[in-house]
Formats: sequence, C-alpha cells, structure tokens
Amino acid sequence: MSALTPFELDKVRQILKREPTQTELGIFEVMWSEHCSYKSSRIHLKKLPTRGPRVLVGPGENAGIIDIGDGVAIAFKIESHNHPSFIEPFQGAATGVGGILRDIFTMGARPIAVMDALRFGPLTEPRNQRILEGVVSGIAHYGNCFGVPTVGGECVFEPCYNGNPLVNVFALGVFKHDEIFYGRATGVGNPVIYVGAKTGRDGIHGASMASAEFTEESKQKRPNVQVGDPFMEKLLLEACLEAMKTGAIVGIQDMGAAGLTCSTCEMGSRAGTGIEIDLALVPQRETGMIPYEIMLSESQERMLLVAEKGREQEVFDVFHKWGLDAVTVGTVTDSGKLIVRNHGTVVAEIPNRELADEAPLYDRPHNTAPFRSAPMDAPEFSSSDLTNDLLKILASGDVCSKRWIYQQYDYTVRTNTLAGPGGDAAIVRIKDTDTSIAMSLDGSGRYCALSPREGAMLIVAECCRNLSTVGALPVAATNNLNFGNPERPEIMAQLVEAIEGMAEACRHFETPITGGNVSLYNETLGEAIWPTPVMGIVGLMKTAPPMTIPFKNEARTVMLLGGLGSCDATRFGGTQYAKAVLGKMWGLPPALDLDYEKRVQCAIREVVNGGFAESAHDLSDGGLAVALAECASQGIGAAVDLNTALRPELALFHEGPSRVLVSTTQPQEIERIARDFHVEALRIGVTMKGRLQIRNDSVTWIDCAVEQLRDVRENALENQLTVHAG
Amino acid sequence: MRFGVVVFPGSNCDHDAWYALSHNLGQQAEFIWHDSSSVGNVDAVILPGGFSYGDYLRCGAIAKFSPVMAAVKKFADEGGLVAGFCNGFQILCESGLLPGALLRNRDLKFVCRPVTLRVETTHTPFTSAATRGQLLRMPVAHGDGCYFADERTLDMLEKEDRVVVRYMDNPNGSLRDIAGICNERRNVMGMMPHPERAADSLMGSEDGRVILESMVRSLVTA
Repeated sequence: MSALTPFELDKVRQILKREPTQTELGIFEVMWSEHCSYKSSRIHLKKLPTRGPRVLVGPGENAGIIDIGDGVAIAFKIESHNHPSFIEPFQGAATGVGGILRDIFTMGARPIAVMDALRFGPLTEPRNQRILEGVVSGIAHYGNCFGVPTVGGECVFEPCYNGNPLVNVFALGVFKHDEIFYGRATGVGNPVIYVGAKTGRDGIHGASMASAEFTEESKQKRPNVQVGDPFMEKLLLEACLEAMKTGAIVGIQDMGAAGLTCSTCEMGSRAGTGIEIDLALVPQRETGMIPYEIMLSESQERMLLVAEKGREQEVFDVFHKWGLDAVTVGTVTDSGKLIVRNHGTVVAEIPNRELADEAPLYDRPHNTAPFRSAPMDAPEFSSSDLTNDLLKILASGDVCSKRWIYQQYDYTVRTNTLAGPGGDAAIVRIKDTDTSIAMSLDGSGRYCALSPREGAMLIVAECCRNLSTVGALPVAATNNLNFGNPERPEIMAQLVEAIEGMAEACRHFETPITGGNVSLYNETLGEAIWPTPVMGIVGLMKTAPPMTIPFKNEARTVMLLGGLGSCDATRFGGTQYAKAVLGKMWGLPPALDLDYEKRVQCAIREVVNGGFAESAHDLSDGGLAVALAECASQGIGAAVDLNTALRPELALFHEGPSRVLVSTTQPQEIERIARDFHVEALRIGVTMKGRLQIRNDSVTWIDCAVEQLRDVRENALENQLTVHAG
Repeated sequence: MRFGVVVFPGSNCDHDAWYALSHNLGQQAEFIWHDSSSVGNVDAVILPGGFSYGDYLRCGAIAKFSPVMAAVKKFADEGGLVAGFCNGFQILCESGLLPGALLRNRDLKFVCRPVTLRVETTHTPFTSAATRGQLLRMPVAHGDGCYFADERTLDMLEKEDRVVVRYMDNPNGSLRDIAGICNERRNVMGMMPHPERAADSLMGSEDGRVILESMVRSLVTA
C-alpha cells in the first residue's frame, strides 16, 4: 500500500506521464511526506515574517543565516526528532542532535551551541522515566562527543506527551560572510560526490514514519530509527570545513530525512539543474541493498557535495586525511531531471523541480474552533498555606531545577559559554569580535491548549524577554511547530491560530523567522498532544560578564520592573499554581499587551546594559513568588511587601508577562528609565540574608528559609527519578 | 614558549587549549597531527580533551597506538613537559606514562560542572606558580573520570608527593579524591578537570591559568 493518496498518485503519473517504478514511488512517498514537503502547513507558514535587515538567508535552505556585524554571520535552526525518540529514546534523540548539527555545518558554519526543548509524560510512570533518561543520555552522548556545548533548553511534563514525547533540538553555528555554502548543484558537468559514513538499511521510511500517527504497530518500527555516530560526525565536520576552504566545493547538502533522495533532488531543484547518479558507486555497509533502499536510507553522518570539475582530488585528499569515504557518484546535468541508475540501468527518472517543490499543497479545513478540553470557568479555590504552595510548585517537574539533566551535557566546551543552562538566556561569545549571542528556547503547550493564538504570542514575548533580561536585543527566530493530526479540522485550527499569533508577535518584536520545522501527527491512539509550538530566538549583545538571576548582596532594593501586573480567575487557569497545587486547568492564558511588553523589554535592556542592576530575572512559570525563590538560590533572600488588592494566590503566582525582577543599589536610575519607557517600576522589598518573606500590608503570606527553597527546587527532579525507579 | 597541542581524530578541546595558550597567555601554540612521527620543535606538549578515535573500546585505548604517542613518549623520556587534560589524562594512563586508570564515573553519568581543586604539591612544573593548599575552581566534563589504582600505587603516589590536585567535592568517585597526578620524573602530568576552560575571566574563572603559567615559568627557568 502506498503512503500517497490516490490524488497524489495521479499527480505522480501526470508528472512522469507513466506508472512510477518501485524506486520512484518510494522517492515520491518520502519527498511528498508531511515531514519533507510541509504540505499541510506551507500555505500558512507564508504568513510568518521572514525578512529583516539582518537576515542573509531565510527559510528554504538548511538553516537561516543572519548578519551579526564585523563580517560575521550565524546560522541557526531547530528540528524535531519526536517520533524516533519515542521508539528508541537514546538513538532517536542522539540522531536528532546529529541531524541539526549537519544542517548547520553543511552551510559552512561551525556549530557553537545546542539547546533542547523536551516534553515527556509525568515521571510517575516508569516508562516516562526511561524515555527521559534515554533522551538525555542520547543528547549528551552525541553533543558531548561532537564537541558542541549544550547551553540551555527546557523540559516540561504533561500527560498529553505520554505516548508522544517531544525532542526539539536547536543548533547555532558561526562563520564569516564569505564562508557561506548552499545546497545547490550548479555547473553542468561537475562531479557529485558522496562523503562520510557508508549507507545501510537504517532509517528507511523515517520521514514517512514521522508523518503518521502512532499506533500499536509503531513499536515494531524500531529498525526505522537511525543509529548515530558522533565521532564520525566530528570527523565529517572537520573534513567538510577544511574541504570548503580549498575552494573546490560548489554546493553541499547533508543527507538527513529521506537521505540521498532529498539531497539529490533538492540540490538539483535549487540550481535548476539535473543530477545523474549511479547507486553502484555509493559506499554501502550492507550487501544486497536494492535501489529503493539505497535511495531511502537515512543512515547518518553523510553529505552530498558538488565539486568543481577537475578539482575532485583536492576534496578527496581532505576527506581521506580525516579517514572518510569520498567518492564521485554522479554528475550535474542540464536535463533538470534526477536520473538514478544502478550498475548503469535507469531505475528512476524524475523531474527535480516537480519532485522537490511541487508536492501537493493542502488547505486543510480549519473553519472550526481549535480543539480544547479545558473548561472556561474557574473552580472555587482557596489556599490554606501559601508557603507550602510555593514549595509544591518549586518541586514540580516544570519549575524545578533541571540540573540533573544539564549536568550530563558538556556546556563549557569551546570556551565560549558566558552563561550556560539555568539562566534566563544562554550566552555564547563570538571569539575575535566584541559580540555575544544570547539565545532562548521556549514553548508552552499549556497556554496553547487554552488558546493557541495567545499562547504562541506569549511564547515569543517570553523568549524576547529572556534575551532582554540579559541585555541582548532579540533579532531573529526559528520555530518548531509540534501538533497533532492536521486532517482533523479542530487540530488544523490550532496550527493556523498558533502560526498567526506567532506571526503577529514576531512582527511586533522584529524577530523574523528564518527557518524551522513542522512536526505533525503527534498523536498516539487517537490522542493528540497539546498544540506545542516551540520558539528559539537569538539576540545580540556586547561581550561582557553576564547578568545572572541570584541576588548577590544584602540590603539591596528589590524592584519589579513592569509592575505587579493584573490577573483574574479566568486568566489564572493555565498557571503552574493551577497545575501543581490545584491539579486543574481552565480559562485562558495570561493576558499580553504587546506594546507594554516591548517597552518593558527596552527598559530592562537599558537597566542591564547601563549597569544599574546587580541581578535580573524575568517572571514566567510560577509568577512572582517562584521568581523570588529562584533569585534567592545563593543564600540571599528578601523581605518583600506587595501592597496589592489582588487575592494572595493571584498576586503571588499569576503568570502575567512583561515583568522583570531586579536587585539594585540605584533604584532611582531604574525609576528614571521606567519613566522614559512609560512602564511601572515598583520597589517591592529589600534583600536580606537567609529568608524569603513576602507580606501584603503587613500580613505574612510567605516565610521560608532560602536553603529550604533551594533544596526543594534543586533536588526535586533527582528525587522523582529515584523514588519511582525500579 | 612553544606549545604543541596534539590533535587526534575526535579531540574537541584542542582548539580551547590552543586558544588559552595563545590568546589568554600570549604563548606560541601549534597543532600536532596524530600521525606525526615527531612532536616537532616544541617546548611542551598538551594532550587535549575530547573523544580521541571516538573513545571506542575504552577512553584513550586507541589513541595510545597512534604514531604521535610514540613521539610524545620519546619527548617525555627526554624530559619534555607533557600535560594531559581530561581525555589527555586518560590517554597518558592508557599509554603507561602515568599509573592507574580512569573508570566510569561513580554515578554512571557524564558530569559537567565547576569543581574546586586543592593544589597538593607545588613541587611540579605544572603547579610551581601556585601555593600549596591553594583552591582552584574550574570545570570538569567527562563520563570516565573516576581515578583508580591499587592501594600500593595510591600509597606510592602519596609518598612520592605525586598527587598534584585533589577534588574538594569529588564529582566522579575518584579514589582518595585524586584529580591529577604526575609521573616519577615529574615532567608528565594528567588531570581530569579543564584548566584551559578556566583561563579567561569571562568564563567565570581564571584559576586554570596557574597550571599553564607554571608550565611557562618552568620552561623559562629550565
């Protein structure tokens, strides 16, 4: 049975003007899979802003590229490896890292940072613990050996990810403007060269698997998951970058999803040329592979490149130095066709452009309300012990320290990491310049389940606020759209609303989206995940010692830039309080005023870059009380008096955006800056040693030793893993 | 001073060591390719961290057969300074230039975090610029850093004042908290932590400089 619909099969016949061969059918199936063709999302992705003054390369290439000044550019992108990570967590996650790294260095950039957005089912299920441990060690295995620091990320636990964990990997690389390479097969007569690992049967149909729902049979698909070799990838990186320097390489593309098929037809399509290859020349590590298998294999650590005719040897020499295979497998032609031979016999002959770019596009029905199961009305609730509530939230999977995870990642290799995991944003310096890159990865399935549009906007705002809190100016973004089955209108409506919300917010914050990934069919046995768009946003700053979260000294003024914010019971239903304390979810996500948010971000950047704050931390999950507890992680707490009319649960734990906590010796300067930007700046307390006390009009709401707050938050994840192990 | 930084396939701290030596310390530093039969005209050799040859079989087990290691041995036999950090330490143990072995971490997991080390002896060219008991903060990043040797060897290392640095907060289960040791002749040193990652104030600590500066100082006075 073909993965193509009857309509799509007809289109194949029209293009070929005959029946497809088995190999051709396989090629069309993968290239026109959701994963490779974006056939359900493409018409909506066009709504995203993709241009900006710094954008050198937008969507469509292996990664987006932006200019950061001094003749230097960065390439970055996010990719999902959700389905493989469920079937085989370790290899699935490892090859997810490998794939996105190749996307970066195939463009000529050296990867200098990785971040991961992870979603799992609750750790009370032993199976979810195994998936978490497998995914984390897979990421560590690949990134650490390859030698790229994993500098940040996020990890969230919700029942909707029980049978469908999400593994989204972001990577960023750096290079000079004149070192950029494209995946284009230009120059008729130029040799097409295969480099890297040998081709095996692993990963066949990976792209199509990622384009279908999970069923009980999915577990049988383990052979579809690729096996990664980070050592091979490290050699491939060094060899590719060295070979690029010879000047003999015309175009290059990695073999990722859909392997040799995708790299050949895309390189040809982009250049408007044809490619002829003979599969007998492809290095193979298994015997008896048929053309179908060789074309569809997703064996890792392989690249396809086009060299200048006559200069092949220069390329071979570099790859042989690094102990890698490099062989000519074909030629660039002017036919516009992908012609695949096996020992000389033609087994596929397909027009490149039609194959790569003319996949059917679907405007799937979405004229319905986005699916949601949560009620709109708030339940009755009233806290009996606010300190205990705070401790509960700090110990919850989403809010607790992710130290257990990030200590397994090498986050300091390459000696660029100014701020690693655990901060509001990660920061890596660019050596030989004065510029550093701040980056933030964020998603919120919870907010998006309540309103995909508002949730997506909140995510963009949060990422940009994270960057601004360390003093960086947000400049560009990449997105990973994780959704359920787009053939269901109420799921398609989620996707459309999220894209539209994201587009509006990215326009507002001037962060064009330079590329990304769409992962649909995240459903298991008919249950869709929550709509989970993940954003990765990068910002620029001058290289300097980083602004960090913890209070540093006693007797400093604690200020809340942006003010206490407002919230009603309806807007409280997506908070960590609702989740961790009440075990409920309702209503709508926090309200966002884009203009106010942007002004708060401008103000905090000026505060931080002016040197007026000793610490800064933006408010997000868990609201003000959690942010204060996080600021108190190094022994200095605070005495805070709020003076608010809001009820205590809301005042302490609402997650209204546009707020940043700072400690300072210069409150007047911060008030001056706040006035300049027409935002609030409240003096809410004073730092002190040892305790966190939060009062309202002299009524004590929270009073706790900072050690207790820290211990609960620091050890929660490890405790959950040990308690339920075995 | 001229430092040679060995590059094995899979080395990934080679550039960091080179950068710390050349940019942070202002020394000359060059790379030595793994199939070189000589270390060339250098005053000291660094075996950097990473995953040499993928660390297949066992960390450092394949690297010891590389041509450059024969040259490094010869260089060390002639009294040349050789320092191995992280994977470099593993390679030195595998090659027999240092006693003992690095086993899987106690928690069976890769660990990356800053640790505090105590300088146990200044009677080495790698710590001569430090003071005895000085505390140094720098990162570890390894999966196999648990130092192991038999009791007799451990006693000997202590008796001969060859434990160079100890962990104050042992991250990997190393016996007797050993983070770094030197050979009998005191010209070969291996340590699991990364001084080259703590040579620049922007990285949060410059404490690693004292190791590299000691080497420079020893070479000047030699």
